[in-house]
Amino acid sequence: MSKGLMHEFSKGLVRENPVLRLVLGTCPTLAVTTSAMNGIGMGIAATLVLLGSNVVISLLRKVIPDKVRIPAFITIIATFVTVIQMFIKAYLPDIDKALGIFLPLIVVNCIILGRAEMFASKNSVLPSALDALGMGAGFTAALFLMGSIREILGAGSIFSLPIPFLNENPIGIMLLAPGGFFVFGILIALANKIAQKQGKKPVEATDCSSCPLSADCAAHAGEEDAK
Amino acid sequence: MERIIVILVAAILSENFVLSKFLGICPFLGVSKKLNTAVGMSIAVTFVMVLSTLVTYPIYAYLLVPNDLAYLQTVVFILIIAALVQIVEITLKKYLPPLYNALGIYLPLITTNCAVLGVTLLNFTKTIDGQPLSYLEAIFNAFGAGIGFLLAMILFAGVRSKLETCDIPKSLQGLPITLIAASLVALSFLGFAGVAGNLFG
Repeated sequence: MSKGLMHEFSKGLVRENPVLRLVLGTCPTLAVTTSAMNGIGMGIAATLVLLGSNVVISLLRKVIPDKVRIPAFITIIATFVTVIQMFIKAYLPDIDKALGIFLPLIVVNCIILGRAEMFASKNSVLPSALDALGMGAGFTAALFLMGSIREILGAGSIFSLPIPFLNENPIGIMLLAPGGFFVFGILIALANKIAQKQGKKPVEATDCSSCPLSADCAAHAGEEDAK
Repeated sequence: MERIIVILVAAILSENFVLSKFLGICPFLGVSKKLNTAVGMSIAVTFVMVLSTLVTYPIYAYLLVPNDLAYLQTVVFILIIAALVQIVEITLKKYLPPLYNALGIYLPLITTNCAVLGVTLLNFTKTIDGQPLSYLEAIFNAFGAGIGFLLAMILFAGVRSKLETCDIPKSLQGLPITLIAASLVALSFLGFAGVAGNLFG
């Protein structure tokens, strides 16, 4: 494998980690990470959708007219989401129950549309597939990290195995909504700190600039005007 | 009538879309810096939520389910929402330019807002006293979800304007402190847990 292809895979893991560096897909990141297992389940489901959509969009990139590309991408992504959803319902009903509505909501996960728009629609199949696997692995790793922290603190267990001492007085609020926001805030702060030590810029995604649709979206322009 | 009040209270307070269900986090963090953009975005979201419920509910209940096509729910719903947003944008631009100028800029973003797809999907999984929602109740559910979004946005825009004058530790500046502030706002909404269920004894 050449160095360039290796780069397409590895960039999503740390340097351009979709959750901790690009701050994409925050809704599932906050919602499903109540346990390490749920985090991994969501991560793998999104990775499979991303792989399928990136490959198909890359194959069709010369056929899809530019003006209707977003609806076309969304249809392709929704198809893969439906397929994965049916698989999970059939073989992993527990994961299906835990992820609930966030399984069909993979359709509107900005990581997937973002990679379609920024990468797969401009590159050939092999780099697009590797990009999908790398980004998916980065997403899964971040969800696993957050799920583990919340499960250890909030339930005193990891992969449902109780941890001595911690499981006597778990901090239940970590499993609820405030705990999700809090743990994510602290993780972003840590990621920023590490990035700063390496001389990189911290994430400043408090406006819409990280959103893949920001180029088309006038709300972003409206915010700029308002400043 | 009681059911509709329970649905509204649940959607606005105890099951707030942003602060307890984590739907629509991107606009919540992205456009809550200024109060007027926060309100404009929320009104546009509420409008699209109610409109897409009006269209998706009968299509799912009377077209997809009787023909054994319920598995197409996700594909059909997202396409309906995308088409609706386009139509609304074109109509407003042509016939109601003042409204378009006020809300139009938020519309393209709303297609991929998970709160809109979320409410259309939740209309069919949510139950009150074990009974699924009727068409009218689903519309009120969507309206309540939009108002809940508006409430969260306004509250959070206020919190953020206070944050700007604070002396924040360097590592927490920007997004981290915003998320921690969101955590505290969400904590206050935990106080509403169970309110809707016990409203009428």
